[in-house]
Amino acid sequence: MEKIATRMGFAKELVELGKDYENIFVIDTDLSCSGKSDGFAKAFPERSLNVGIAEQNAAGVAAGLATCGKIPFVVSFAIFASLRMCEMVRQEIAYPKLNVKVVGSHGGLSPAPDGASHQAIEDMGVMRTIPNMTVVMPADYWSARKLTRAVAEFDGPVFIRFTRDSVPVIYDENIQLEIGKAHQIQDGSDVAIIANGDTVHIALEAAKKLAEENISARVLDMHTIKPLDADAVKDCIEKIGKIITVEDHNIINGLGSAVCEVVAEIGKGKVKRIGINDKFGESASYERLMEKNGITVDAIVEAAKSF
Amino acid sequence: MEKKSVEELKEIAKDLRKKVVTILYEAGSGHPGGSLSAADFVTACYFYEMNVDPKNPKWAERDRFVLSKGHVCPVLYAALSTRGFFPEETLHTLRKEGSPLQGHPNFNCPGIDIPTGSLGQGLACAVGMAIGLKYDKKNSRVFAVLGDGECQEGEIWEAAQTANKYKLDNLIAFVDKNNLQIDGPTDEVMPLLNLGEKFKAFGFEVYDIDGNDMNQIVQTLDEIRGKGQNQKPKCIIGRTIKGKGVSFMENQVGWHGVAPKKDELERALKDIEEGF
Repeated sequence: MEKIATRMGFAKELVELGKDYENIFVIDTDLSCSGKSDGFAKAFPERSLNVGIAEQNAAGVAAGLATCGKIPFVVSFAIFASLRMCEMVRQEIAYPKLNVKVVGSHGGLSPAPDGASHQAIEDMGVMRTIPNMTVVMPADYWSARKLTRAVAEFDGPVFIRFTRDSVPVIYDENIQLEIGKAHQIQDGSDVAIIANGDTVHIALEAAKKLAEENISARVLDMHTIKPLDADAVKDCIEKIGKIITVEDHNIINGLGSAVCEVVAEIGKGKVKRIGINDKFGESASYERLMEKNGITVDAIVEAAKSF
Repeated sequence: MEKKSVEELKEIAKDLRKKVVTILYEAGSGHPGGSLSAADFVTACYFYEMNVDPKNPKWAERDRFVLSKGHVCPVLYAALSTRGFFPEETLHTLRKEGSPLQGHPNFNCPGIDIPTGSLGQGLACAVGMAIGLKYDKKNSRVFAVLGDGECQEGEIWEAAQTANKYKLDNLIAFVDKNNLQIDGPTDEVMPLLNLGEKFKAFGFEVYDIDGNDMNQIVQTLDEIRGKGQNQKPKCIIGRTIKGKGVSFMENQVGWHGVAPKKDELERALKDIEEGF
């Protein structure tokens, strides 16, 4: 299966968007080569700013530009885009509901050899807690392209998270994705697996293994964790009753938590959360870190069989 | 609007100061000290220098105003109302439930270009506006009012270096240098060293003036306007007196964030009227 990093999809679509919308600006923080906004900078130098290693200021500059009718994409690693910019995003972007797109590349454990300092395991949770924010994470190259466009065309503040490493391409150019709407990849009747980002392909592999054992799994790509598609979660509970959530994020306040909030209010059904168990990462390969944190095909299969 | 004369501006500043202490008394909380120190510059912005349209607050060609020290919004609200952005009655709803005049300014209030309140963030927003306006080839300028205390925040300097990089000659930062912050004199809490020299080192053209002297304010604004597009962001260090115009509030740390009581309001109004 072909593999491409989601940030490459962002890079490609950003340039396309730059051609279609004259008011798209990009604000870099000395990470344009890693965050993949350098292509936009080359194509549209007059709409590309680099404010250096100054993330807080980057968020403020983005807010100011948005008041002038621009659509700024402010780009950094997910850890800095969410936490270093956090209060500026809250005060100057989310509170006034300005049309700024906060882009976090290298989300989750994906900057693996860099170690815990660079691994964003709280970013989506922090952003999800801020009113007015929409929080999105694409699963592959094509969803990265489609969702980057959807985010640009959406009126309001968004946090969108990409990852460093190549991930299998699971969609094609015809995929239709809508912000706030779960995408069901396959239906099933025994268990529902709800995943996002890099873990969607892991969920799909697990579903395949489960099928070999006559366990039928529904797989949902929950690319938007806020607003969460509560109807899709309810449908899993009504029709199946068992959900496994999978995410490369702290199990506190990420996808699993968001799903549990919906399920708790329904008052029936069961959820098992697979993700980072509230601990910091370390330097290792991405694959090895996912393994150490139990975010694996086998862990999903095991969870499905032990309800 | 025709530019007001210095004498008229002084009268307007007096009126704004009276409104500030009155609405703070009515609200029962808020920040008089810094509102009074910044009153003269805010007056000059709205009644002399800035190109705005009260009937069309979002007019694309307008000059922008960023109150980075958002807690002194009473003086901005007073200026906006007096300039015609909203009726005077609204001023009396400050900090009350349902009021467009929040404790710190947001978009509910006509004429607010960006919400502020968390210190140190306004200059970066002003920089973003200045870049956007330049890109659109507009002649609009951006006026940002900063507190001296908030210049302790690192983001101010991140924004300052950005203003230099993008040659934002349409950005005018005014530092309301009243030398006091909540916990005491700025020199004791965290020495700011020479703020003017610091902004100069960050590529700004710096003007050091008495920020409560309307003559000097107007002259400085004239001089800056005369420079045109000279590629340099501007910074006015306005040496001011916290609580300016009210005898018992002047230079008093305790009047940073406390509203006057009834008898204090009366004394304050008398002081302002008489120019004590």
